[in-house]
Amino acid sequence: MSQLLLDVNGLTMRFGGLVAVNAVNLAVRNRQIVSVIGPNGAGKTTVFNCLSGFYPPSDGSVMFKGEQIAGLKDFRISRKGLVRTFQHVRLFSNMTVIENMLVAQHRHLNTNIAAGLFKTATYRRLEQEAMDRAAFWLEQVDMLSFANREAGNLSYGQQRRLEIARCMVTQPELLLLDEPAAGLNPNETKQLDELIVRLRDEHEISVLLIEHDMSLVMGISDHIYVIAQGTPLADGTPDEIKQNPDVIKAYLGEE
Amino acid sequence: MMRQNFYAAVFAAGITLILTCLMVGVKLTSEGTELRVVGATSAQWAWILSGIAIVFLSQLFRDHISAASAGIPRPDFGKLLPAVSVQARLKPWLIAAVIVGLAVWPFMVSRGAVDLATLTLIYIMLGLGLNIVVGLAGLLDLGYVAFYAIGAYTYALLSSYFGLSFWICLPISALLAATFGFVLGFPVLRLRGDYLAIVTLGFGEIIRILLNNWTSLTGGPNGISGIDKPTLFGLDFNRRAAEGQTTFHEFMGIDYSSSYKVIFLYLIAVLLVIWVLFVINRLMRMPIGRAWEALREDEIACRSLGLNRTVIKLSAFTFGASTAGFAGCFFAARQGFISPESFVFIESAIILAIVVLGGMGSQFGVILAAIVMTILPEFAREFSEYRMLLFGLLMVLMMRWRPQGLLPSKRPHMELKR
Ligand SMILES: Nc1ncnc2c1ncn2[C@@H]1O[C@H](COP(=O)(O)OP(=O)(O)O)[C@@H](O)[C@H]1O
Ligand SMILES: [Mg+2]
Repeated sequence: MSQLLLDVNGLTMRFGGLVAVNAVNLAVRNRQIVSVIGPNGAGKTTVFNCLSGFYPPSDGSVMFKGEQIAGLKDFRISRKGLVRTFQHVRLFSNMTVIENMLVAQHRHLNTNIAAGLFKTATYRRLEQEAMDRAAFWLEQVDMLSFANREAGNLSYGQQRRLEIARCMVTQPELLLLDEPAAGLNPNETKQLDELIVRLRDEHEISVLLIEHDMSLVMGISDHIYVIAQGTPLADGTPDEIKQNPDVIKAYLGEE
Repeated sequence: MMRQNFYAAVFAAGITLILTCLMVGVKLTSEGTELRVVGATSAQWAWILSGIAIVFLSQLFRDHISAASAGIPRPDFGKLLPAVSVQARLKPWLIAAVIVGLAVWPFMVSRGAVDLATLTLIYIMLGLGLNIVVGLAGLLDLGYVAFYAIGAYTYALLSSYFGLSFWICLPISALLAATFGFVLGFPVLRLRGDYLAIVTLGFGEIIRILLNNWTSLTGGPNGISGIDKPTLFGLDFNRRAAEGQTTFHEFMGIDYSSSYKVIFLYLIAVLLVIWVLFVINRLMRMPIGRAWEALREDEIACRSLGLNRTVIKLSAFTFGASTAGFAGCFFAARQGFISPESFVFIESAIILAIVVLGGMGSQFGVILAAIVMTILPEFAREFSEYRMLLFGLLMVLMMRWRPQGLLPSKRPHMELKR
């Protein structure tokens, strides 16, 4: 058994009287793909918002690399190596693809003003390294030839891939993907499937995935959590989930 | 549709009625110790009523008017510029030509023209500085003039109390204004965007009122006079040298002429503007400049990527403030006299107008707008009473037909070269 990377216990999020997330437990180990599934409005995105610091959880603990991160500011959590994408693509659409990749590396660059004004050697070296890292990840998602295009002009599938590359260039250890296959055609979904598996096997990171595409989820997940109406319903390997009567009734049955 | 327009028209007319009645319809006059309310004359009432009628009718027939005005061709100043590739090739030559032109030009025109050009350059500096805050970082600063005042008073006070020279005070002014920007921005920038506008508006007034009332230090409304002019490597531009010093004309062995001083000030202003342009251009290509734009485009995405928005906004705010401090220091040196009257809210509004008119974020546009805003009033001196009216009209027309400004911003894009 590998070490626990993310360990969530009793995570609860209330909006006034509405309990959007109710005592959810999650565990992600190193080099694992873990999926969260559940019907629309189940509270999956809210879980992501709590983990990534966009909402302070009402209750519960979030341990990341053995450290409590519940209630930390979003950008601090991201700097610790837990980075997310969004259900609706959020790119800097007036910037080029490469610039999107550079913004993501902001804190790896030399932001000393004097160094930048006079283009010192360290400044140029760090910028070149950032460029190289950006090019590497663009290559990984098959987007290198679009590097100088404006992000807003890309196709939807390309925007999705750029968003993942932009997360990866920050060098995270855990990547949170919120419905990355939504709106993709079967071909693009297959590419995405391969990419996520490659992230785990070659780049040795863990992925926490929210997805509605069942064949994708069942195909790549090491472990699956099912939540319905904010409450944990079941968890297990894909095979266990497929046979779980509660899940079939509450979720798979309705499709 | 018509019915909806009718309600909107009644509403707009009502607002106009209330505003004009308060501002034009009644006046407070003091008689001895008493205040008396005086109504408007019948001629003024006629104007007020016809104004209300115009507002009412224009709102009622809004659709017809916008349909008719849609036919009017809109000028596209961007098209007047050559293509991007040509621009890149011509740029170094163009910059060289402009710099040479700026350096030679003052020797061929009148003193008044050079003086006006210097004033324009000050506004260009202020416009460029505020453009960092408003145009690049998307923060609304309504009290920008406060930092200008801080820069000006820093030099005036240091010069008159400690006899420090202009060149030493220039960085000190910028630094002090930046410090004020930092201290003011730090608590406010954590809050929602709208608070910044209100707080900066208040800050502008606080600084002005402070300068006005701290009579023992700042001389209050009388201001500070006799501020030293800049020197050229220790040479000053007066007719007679102070004790133990030489003047410029003595050193050069030429006759004294007061226009040397004016031209010298102008050249300093040119240098300062070039420096500001250089810094801003580098900033836009640096990580921090990209972060400003990214934050303006999608703050949530920035946060998810580990960018600290408070620090990034604060840096823009501080940079803008330091530029104003710079300009303020030069302003004090040029005028030789400053008082709180130079730093009223309307100055902030004019600088903001320069940025909006120029096309937020575009430096060339800001320069163009600064020229328009300082030179036009000089040509239209007879209309000086109507200056604010024209100014308001210009703003309304701009918002209606060209909200993106004269020359909307085109940021230099970073390219991946392989
Ligand atoms: N900021 C919020 N304020 C109030 N209710 C919210 C907020 N965010 C999410 N919710 C509610 O939480 C529930 C779960 O939403 P969400 O997490 O988006 O579901 P999912 O991603 O599983 O489709 C929904 O009922 C939604 O209305
Ligand atoms: Mg969702």
